[in-house]
Amino acid sequence: MTEAVVTAAPPVVGRSLWGDAWARLKANRAAMVSLCYLVVMAAVCIAGPWFVPHTYTTIYSDYVRIPPSFSAYPKADMIQGALDDVLKRMRVDVKEWKQDGERVIVTVTSTRPVDERYLRYVDRSDTFDGARVEATSPDGLQMTFSAGVKQQYFLFGTDNVGRDLLSRTLMAGRISLAIGLLAGIVAVVIGVFYGSAAGFIGGKTDEVMMRIVDVLYSLPFIFFVIMLVVFFGRNFVLMFLAVGAVLWLDMARIVRGQALSIRRQEYVQAAEALGVGPRGILLRHVIPNLLGPVVIYMTLLVPHVIILESFLSFLGLGVQEPMTSWGVLISTGAKNIGSANWMLLFPAFFLVSTLFALNFVGDGLRDALDPKDR
Amino acid sequence: MLLYVLRRLLTAIPTLFVIVTLAFFLIRVAPGGPFNQERGLSPEIKANLEAQFGLNDPLWVQYLRYLKNLSQGDFGPSYNLPDFTVGELFAKGLPISIQIGASALVLALLLGTLLGIVAALNQNRTGDYAVIALATAGSTIPTFVIAPIIQLVFGLTWKLLPIGGWGDGALVNKIGPVLTLALPQIAIVARLMRGSMIESLRSHHIRTARALGLSDWSIVVRHALRGAILPIVSFTGPAAAALLTGSIIVETIFAIPGVGRYFVDAALNRDYTLVMGTVVVIAIFTIVFNLIVDIMYAVVDPRVRYD
Repeated sequence: MTEAVVTAAPPVVGRSLWGDAWARLKANRAAMVSLCYLVVMAAVCIAGPWFVPHTYTTIYSDYVRIPPSFSAYPKADMIQGALDDVLKRMRVDVKEWKQDGERVIVTVTSTRPVDERYLRYVDRSDTFDGARVEATSPDGLQMTFSAGVKQQYFLFGTDNVGRDLLSRTLMAGRISLAIGLLAGIVAVVIGVFYGSAAGFIGGKTDEVMMRIVDVLYSLPFIFFVIMLVVFFGRNFVLMFLAVGAVLWLDMARIVRGQALSIRRQEYVQAAEALGVGPRGILLRHVIPNLLGPVVIYMTLLVPHVIILESFLSFLGLGVQEPMTSWGVLISTGAKNIGSANWMLLFPAFFLVSTLFALNFVGDGLRDALDPKDR
Repeated sequence: MLLYVLRRLLTAIPTLFVIVTLAFFLIRVAPGGPFNQERGLSPEIKANLEAQFGLNDPLWVQYLRYLKNLSQGDFGPSYNLPDFTVGELFAKGLPISIQIGASALVLALLLGTLLGIVAALNQNRTGDYAVIALATAGSTIPTFVIAPIIQLVFGLTWKLLPIGGWGDGALVNKIGPVLTLALPQIAIVARLMRGSMIESLRSHHIRTARALGLSDWSIVVRHALRGAILPIVSFTGPAAAALLTGSIIVETIFAIPGVGRYFVDAALNRDYTLVMGTVVVIAIFTIVFNLIVDIMYAVVDPRVRYD
């Protein structure tokens, strides 16, 4: 007798809403590329400033508004100028100078004895370091010294006062992204609580709560923001919390609408009939179903906030110097396009590419999470 | 119809009243005053100035006085631009802002509609993707990036346009600002038009028209377009109000002497009358254009009736 071998069919694994959405998102190439881009952008902006050899506030007065370059500064023709500057401060005349590999050898004369402490001026310059006396004439009126030429890289060039634009752009990215996220979360939290309360309680309360939203809606948005600036001053953390608090209106409307429609669904009625309490319905049905639109709206809100922040900074109302953001950089760049277009182009590229990526991710999420599409 | 318009205009008065009241008290609650920023102003002079403009009276007296003057068309003097009344400032700047804004709006409507139709007719083909890409770019890139890029490319590199300035309204001076203002709007219009046109082309009366053997041109222009144009009409109202009252970004970057700057500057300087003037002008524009849009609905769509 042969034993019947019973092989159980492998259990069908049901896909959850989120698993399904993730699968759909993964199939969307634009969204995935954008997502990776955003991760890289965030990582570069967060970690980058620690790896760039310049800090975002250091002023290199020898390198004001120099164009971006892959090769090191100073360029050959810049040494003369930097040297002249230093020697003017030392109040000595140059007799001759020549470059010897990484160092310059300079012979100077003066009507007074040349003190070797004058060499501090050389070290203080952005171009030279490690100055040392090579020889002094017997009467002390002539001295030969040598100094190393500092090799510095400014991949993105420098700005109006000689600050490295790469470190400033990355720092600005930190601020812009952080503000976008911070204000976005504030808006979503307020909006979700307000909207779901209005939608869930319903009736008169809902009516009143939504009329308040309508009234706030009808005020010109920029008026609102300027009033916030007027009240909160230019403290930017506080202000962007406030901006987040302005942007919750859309969220509240969306969430309320969703909450209302979810409450009327048959599965909620079925749950009610089975004796599930309001808490259970809220946790099991309303909130999970709300999450989709909330996530979509959040990804669309973040670029909105970043634009708003840049706009305010552009007007001089947002982030203040020496702290910086993409809006601040673009604003100064726009004022200097004639002489230094890199000051506009680099920050603008960072901002616009981030906005694009956020948009594609938002669209991808909407396609992935929108149940009407299936 | 005439009755409807009259009724709408009458209901606009309380709306305007609420907006004026809200804005008046909001800006007055804000700390600071119009004469706080001027340096070296002795307290006596400041007190005199405030007395001259009646800023020492109780707030409700000032409010009633403002309402009375406003109802007679008097916006009051500007506190920070003391040689001008608010009315004069608007008489000078508003025509400039309107010229720029109206040109941008017309350009956006024409080009956006055209692009939207092209995209809808070529759905999921190259033409469609090109329009979608353009629309995405237009709605993603902020104005304060577009404007300096236009200056850089057309003004500095190719030297086709002046970098900024009004130049007494010469055509070349308007191209940059109009383009900057129009691009994002073109993106919105094209997107709206594409969506509604695709829907319209699927409807029954278009199928009937095709079955009757009408030409493509006649189908698209005479039949599909009429049904598809409604979202554009409702977009035009708020967009017109926003565009015609001046854009601070465009007017700042291109150095255009319009009214776009007044709102922000005035609010920051607590130039109360100028802030109020701007609020009133924006509100009137919004109300009027929304009314025009509602009338246009009835013109475009005979199913809409106002009795």
